[in-house]
Amino acid sequence: MPELTYREALRTTLIEEMDRDRAVVLLGEDIGLYQGTFRVTADLLDRYGPTRVIDTPISELGFVGAAVGMAMLGLRPVVEVMTWNFALLALDQIVNNAAKVRYFSGGQVDVPLVMRGPNGAGVQLSAQHSQSLEALFGHFPGLYVVAPATPAEARGLLRTAIRGKDPVIFLENAALYGLKGEVPNGAFALPFGQAEVARAGRDVTIVAYSRMLHVALTAADRLAAEGIQAEVINLRSLRPLDIGTVAGSVARTHRAVVVQEQWRPYGAAAEIAASIYEQAFDELDAPVERVTGADAPMPYARNLELLAVPHEDDIVRAVKKTLYAS
Amino acid sequence: MSAMEAKARVTPARHTSLGLSDQDVLDMYYYIALARALDERMWVLQRAGKAMFVISGPGHEGCQVAAVWPMDRTRDWLVPFYRSIAACLVKGMSPTDLLLGLFARANDPSSGGRQMPGHYGHPGVKILSTSSPVGTQYPHAAGIAYAAKIRKTGEVTMTAIGEGGTSQGDVHEALNWAGVYKLPIIFVVENNAYAISVPLHKQVAGGSVAARATGYGFPGVVADGSDVLECYRVAKEAYDRAKRGDGPTLLEFKVPRLGSHSSDDQQERYRTKEEIEADRTRDPLRVFGAYLDGVGLLTEAKRTDVAARIKREIDEATDAADRAPSPDPASAARYVFFEKD
Repeated sequence: MPELTYREALRTTLIEEMDRDRAVVLLGEDIGLYQGTFRVTADLLDRYGPTRVIDTPISELGFVGAAVGMAMLGLRPVVEVMTWNFALLALDQIVNNAAKVRYFSGGQVDVPLVMRGPNGAGVQLSAQHSQSLEALFGHFPGLYVVAPATPAEARGLLRTAIRGKDPVIFLENAALYGLKGEVPNGAFALPFGQAEVARAGRDVTIVAYSRMLHVALTAADRLAAEGIQAEVINLRSLRPLDIGTVAGSVARTHRAVVVQEQWRPYGAAAEIAASIYEQAFDELDAPVERVTGADAPMPYARNLELLAVPHEDDIVRAVKKTLYAS
Repeated sequence: MSAMEAKARVTPARHTSLGLSDQDVLDMYYYIALARALDERMWVLQRAGKAMFVISGPGHEGCQVAAVWPMDRTRDWLVPFYRSIAACLVKGMSPTDLLLGLFARANDPSSGGRQMPGHYGHPGVKILSTSSPVGTQYPHAAGIAYAAKIRKTGEVTMTAIGEGGTSQGDVHEALNWAGVYKLPIIFVVENNAYAISVPLHKQVAGGSVAARATGYGFPGVVADGSDVLECYRVAKEAYDRAKRGDGPTLLEFKVPRLGSHSSDDQQERYRTKEEIEADRTRDPLRVFGAYLDGVGLLTEAKRTDVAARIKREIDEATDAADRAPSPDPASAARYVFFEKD
C-alpha cells in the first residue's frame, strides 16, 4: 500500500473518480488556477479543463444552488467550500433544497452532491473559520455526514460519497491535510455508518472522530503507561452513526468517554452519549463522560485558542473519572 | 519660473476648484502615506513572526481617503472591509488601534483578540466590524442607514467591499433594499480586478459593477482609484446626495492591486510580472505625490518631514501594541452573552 498524505488521498480519489465518470465535476472558490486553498485540487484544472473544474464567483449560496441543479440533472458535482464556516451562507440551499429534493419528489429525483472542505479549528483562524459544524448538519434528515480521520478514510469515504445518490457533507480537517498514512489502491471504498476499533482495550471506551481521534489515541497511550487500557472507537461517520460498534465496546469495558472538538450543548457527544444510554444502559458502571471544547466562539489569540479545544489531559481526566480514580 | 510653474499660478489647481484647501490635500497625502507605511509594517511584523496573519490593501488607499474625506467623522458610519486600513485611519482609528488587533491584544478595540486581524471595528468612532464571508457587511450597512433614516439623525453610512464580494447574494439584497427605501448610504466597491486569484472577467458578468446600480434605481459611478481628486469629487457628490435625502450611490473605484490577497497568498502564482509592474505605475501614493509636487505643495523637504513623522508614529504604535498584554485567560469565556455587573 502506498503512503499518501490526507490531501493526496483526497486529490487522487478525485482524479480516479473524474477519470471513471465524466459526470463528476468540481466547483469552488479558487480551486482551478489557484489549486484550492489547501491544494486538494492541485493541477486538476490542467487535467480536466474549466468546464469540469469550475472556479466560481465568491457566492456560496449561488454555487451550491447551481450544484443542486446540476445533481438533479445527473451530474455528480463535488463542491469545495473554502471552509465549512462559509457554507453557512449556503445553508438554505443545503438544508431546504439538497436535503429535501428526494423527499419532495416522492423519491424520484437523486441529488448526488458532495460538499467537502475543512471543518473545525485550525491555528489562529478565529471564530468564523474554526467552527466544528457536524452537529448542525447531522441534525437534518436527507444529509449524510462523514468525517475522515486518516488518509485511507479520506479516500474510502470520498469514493463512497461521489458514487452515492444523496447529498454528502464531507468534513475534512485543516490540521490533517499533511497527515501521512497507508492508503489502499484500486476501488477501495468505505461504507458510511461503519465505525472501527482504532485501538483495543478492556477498561474504558473512548469515542472520537476526525482530529480528535488522534488526540484520543495519544491519551490512550498515556493511560496505558498508567496501566489503564482504553479502547478507542473511530466513528468515521456521524450520520448514520454506528452505535452498534460503540455499544459493543461499552459492553466489554462498561465505561465510556465521548470526545468532540467544540461546543457541548446539543453537540455530537450529547447524541452519542444518549445513544449509549439507550443501547447499553445496563452495561454501564459509571455515567458517560463528555470531553468538549469551550462554550465560546473560537478566539484568535493563541493562548485563548489553546484553552478552547480539548487536549489529551482532558481525556485522561475524563477516563479516570469514569474509573473513579484520580 | 518654469512654464509649468507659471501655468500653475494662473490656472486654479484642481483641488482648489473642488473646494479643498492646500492643507486638506496635504493631510490626505499624509493619510495615504500613513496607511501604506502601516500596511508595510504589518507585513514586516507578520514575516518576522510577530503576527500570524495580515490582510491589507496596498493600492486602495487613495480612493479610501478620498471617499471618507467628505464624511462627518464623528457622526457618520463606516462599515469597512478587510482592506480598509486607510478608511479606518481617516475615520478615527489610530495606528496603535490597528496594531493591537494585529497582535490580538486584550485592548484591541476591534475584538479584544477574538477576531482575525483586518476585521476593523471601533464603535467609539462609529466603525462597525464585518465578518470574514465577504458581502455580509452590505446588508448590515443598509440596516444602519435604514435606522438613521427613520430616526432622522442625518447620519450617512458608507460601506466598502471588493469587486469579488459583489458576486454574493447579500450585495444584491442590500442594494435593492437601499434603492427601495432611498437610504442615505454610499456603497463603495474597490475593484482591484482580482478576488484572490479569480480575475474580473470570471467574477463580474458584464464587466461593470457600477452599471448594476441603474437596475436598483440609483447612480453607479466609476472613478480611477489612482486619481485621488476624482475619487473625492464623486464621493463628495454621493455624500451630498445622501445628505439631501436623494438616496444611495454606488461608487466603483478601479484600483491597482499592489500586493497579494493576504499573507497566506503569493500573487506571482497567478499574475504576470508585467501586469504587476503595470499596476505599480498606478500607485495612488505616487500619482498623488506627483500632483502635489506639480502644484508646488509637496517639496522634497516636506516629503521628508511627512515620512519622518509617519515613521515615528508607526514605531511608537508598534512598541505600544507590542507591549500591550494578551487577553486574560480568565476572560476566555466572556462576551458570549450580556454580562450583568
